[in-house]
Amino acid sequence: MRKLILPILLIAIFALMPLIADMVGKNALMTLSARILMYAMAAASLNLILGYGGMVSFGHAAYFGVGAYVVGILYSHWMSEVPIFGLFPGSNQLFVTLPIAMVMSGLAALVIGALSLRTGGVQFIMITLAFAQMIFFLFVSLTAYGGEDGIIIRRANEVPGLNMRDKTTVYYVILVVAVLYFAWMWRVVHSSFGQVLKGIRQNERRMEAMGIATYRYKLYAFVLAGMGAGLAGALMANFLRFTSPDMMHWTKSGEMIIMVILGGLGTFFGPILGAAAFLILEFYLASWTEHWQLGLGLILLVVVLFTKGGIIGAIARLKGGRE
Amino acid sequence: MTEILRIENLQKRFGGLVATDNVSLDVHTGEIHALIGPNGAGKSTLINQLCGELRQDAGVIHLAGRDISHMPAPERVDLGLGRTFQVTSLLEDFTVAENVGLAVQARDGGNFRIFDRVTGRTSVWEETGHLLSGSLLNDRRDARVADLSHGEKKQLELVMALATQPRLLLLDEPMAGLGHLESQQMIDTLNGLRGEMSMLLVEHDMEAVFALADRISVLVYGQVIMTGTADEVRNDPRVREAYLGTEDA
Repeated sequence: MRKLILPILLIAIFALMPLIADMVGKNALMTLSARILMYAMAAASLNLILGYGGMVSFGHAAYFGVGAYVVGILYSHWMSEVPIFGLFPGSNQLFVTLPIAMVMSGLAALVIGALSLRTGGVQFIMITLAFAQMIFFLFVSLTAYGGEDGIIIRRANEVPGLNMRDKTTVYYVILVVAVLYFAWMWRVVHSSFGQVLKGIRQNERRMEAMGIATYRYKLYAFVLAGMGAGLAGALMANFLRFTSPDMMHWTKSGEMIIMVILGGLGTFFGPILGAAAFLILEFYLASWTEHWQLGLGLILLVVVLFTKGGIIGAIARLKGGRE
Repeated sequence: MTEILRIENLQKRFGGLVATDNVSLDVHTGEIHALIGPNGAGKSTLINQLCGELRQDAGVIHLAGRDISHMPAPERVDLGLGRTFQVTSLLEDFTVAENVGLAVQARDGGNFRIFDRVTGRTSVWEETGHLLSGSLLNDRRDARVADLSHGEKKQLELVMALATQPRLLLLDEPMAGLGHLESQQMIDTLNGLRGEMSMLLVEHDMEAVFALADRISVLVYGQVIMTGTADEVRNDPRVREAYLGTEDA
């Protein structure tokens, strides 16, 4: 069962991280580790459409932000005890907020995807970017929810039986959700639908000639990806206890694309390694110089030019075999 | 006589160019009907209208008695219209078996399932194995398509079209770019399928056309100038004229 080595190793590292951080006395390591988990989920959801489906969406941070805002908005209504639109009560329960975050980001992806998937190529990139920016400015102008300043969430959502005031507990909740998410993603990419999606990336015309109405399948993938990003965003809002329009700025969409490419486009573990590499580089480079993005840019350049298929591709070539 | 395909007064213009000029044509059930004509006669344009990639300006297309003129391409496939591409159009990163497997799966359904395992669909893979064992690609199942020779890709085009279980197969120059031996193999393969399905064969290789076709239609400047048996076509002065290009001389 050599296939299980990497996932077990990854889970072990992430599970031990709070203990390691405690031992070396650097709490920042646990924060970094949690950010890697959440961005890995977001990048993996983007990888589903970008890597497996061949759709270059440049607005993926929008769904991440929508997920975060669902947590923030539900929390603020729970605090003020004013129902949303006078109809729905707020909530501070994680098992309520996470599913709603996924549904709302999925709906956003459904609307945006339904319109933008009618185009292709560069138009598709631009239209997804445009929609994401529209959502960004919508939240900037929503003064009822803090506008540019966003929403402060004073306490992470509650989970029955757990003390969510404890940062380490929140970390392990994130880890469990991430493991479940990646297990689900593993199933998706190895399913009948996953096979169709990979076919669409390679040759859409051929798929149509085999009787596959590709638009529906692409839209389905787009919605699944949006829901995944929304889930990651909802966790992020809980972890940071804060949400703001910055989470859906277009540069965040760009960072997610970089993570996917850095790790290995269309590979299962690529987004995890890509997110880890990106955030670790940011962490250490930023502590040396404020021009850390220059260093990151150079590293990205090297990866794209000299490794076929990101970190995963480099590993595969070192092992001397084809993935 | 029953017809699997009936085309009535089909028209398609690209600006000032009339690519399909009032074409009427039918393919009888079970026959191999060849469509020949000089370069630029509008053969590919016609094929692309039949399979739904191009929309005609006017005219009607019937498949087995059903009007499919305004149906999107995938729905026509469901009704039994299969095709091969002139320039091979395959899933290059997949293996031969994965290509055929996906074609079988596409027809079999369940394509939206996200909780199954595609490798666990035994009926799909059994059928894939069956299709491949009856083809020249039997030993190449696990080869990546990008590594196949041109002739092998042409064979794979055909196997994938067969995987959709077509009632009418549109063959867009299946011999194009093949060597003599490979062409002969393709002719044998197509001959072996005679009677199992109807075929509309677009081909430049006259040897293949005369070896396979029950009837032949000749397309010149977007118009069908005649339909007949191999002998009738061979001896028709209009056909000779079209091919020798006396109009331009």
